[in-house]
Amino acid sequence: MYITLRTALKDSAGVGLGFLPLGLAYGALVTQSGLDWWWAGLSAAVVFGGSFEFLLVGMVAASVPLTAIAVSALLVNVRHVFYALSFPLHRVRGRLGKAYSTYAMCDEAYALATGEQARTWSGRRILWLQLLLHLYWAGSSTAGALLGSLIPDSVTGLDFALTALFTVLALDAVRDLRGDVPTPVLAALSALAAHLLFPGQLLLAAFTLLTAALLARHVTTSRKPRHV
Amino acid sequence: MSDTGYTITAVLAAAAVTWALRALPFTALTPLRESGTVQYLSTRMPAGVMVILVAYCLHDLPLTETRAMAPLAALAVTAGLHLWRRNALLSILGGTATHTILASTVLAL
Repeated sequence: MYITLRTALKDSAGVGLGFLPLGLAYGALVTQSGLDWWWAGLSAAVVFGGSFEFLLVGMVAASVPLTAIAVSALLVNVRHVFYALSFPLHRVRGRLGKAYSTYAMCDEAYALATGEQARTWSGRRILWLQLLLHLYWAGSSTAGALLGSLIPDSVTGLDFALTALFTVLALDAVRDLRGDVPTPVLAALSALAAHLLFPGQLLLAAFTLLTAALLARHVTTSRKPRHV
Repeated sequence: MSDTGYTITAVLAAAAVTWALRALPFTALTPLRESGTVQYLSTRMPAGVMVILVAYCLHDLPLTETRAMAPLAALAVTAGLHLWRRNALLSILGGTATHTILASTVLAL
């Protein structure tokens, strides 16, 4: 167990430490919005979906109805439905383990566990990685809320950490494809089309378009006559 | 200040929806694991998903205004550092620092 934990500390180091500026920004935003400091830690630990939490703060501070919050959570997080296609849940043992693994399946855990280097990872190593990411996120959010008042109001832009995190994960995932250029191109085109056609539902539209495009590509390439 | 009961219920509602979206699809998809199509998708989805998430973060960028320079410059720093050193922490901290410095000083509103 000790060895798995140490390995998971290494696995999670890069992305996990990227949670630090992001969590600090999140916690600071919570207190700036007039919510209590403990709410930052609570929401970070319980929801554990970074990008949605940034939206949640604004909604809770404005006291929007719970149904509106549930519908927004559905629309922003519906992308996770697609993660079941590739996340290696079959390697995680036990009902409790599987339950936690799905609970803590944030974008970053998904990206790391589906990467090429993760092909040999045991279920235990994946669970440790998820637990560590969960702790980094909850810890840095709480710290951000407590220290938020120390950050001068003129300091803005820490939230770019989320964009930077996804950029790094995208570059690593594209490298794992080994020269499969059409996939990132199709993804970028899906995002562009979704942005132009369904700007209010960019994520849902882009993921649906990407899945459809990949399926179409699979059908056409597998029908192509093979030259042996 | 919002009512405490409401703020906690809001967290629970968001968490319940999020967990359902993360867990339920596995029940439906497990029988499909052996299918060639699902395997084809599963090797390509991760990269596509991350590219879309980057686009999502940048989609409301005001491209015609000078303050759009901060995220664009920070994006270039992040990607450049990552292609150069392949160190996730360095790339994220470098990009975030670039953005925070630019957005708080020269490009401040």
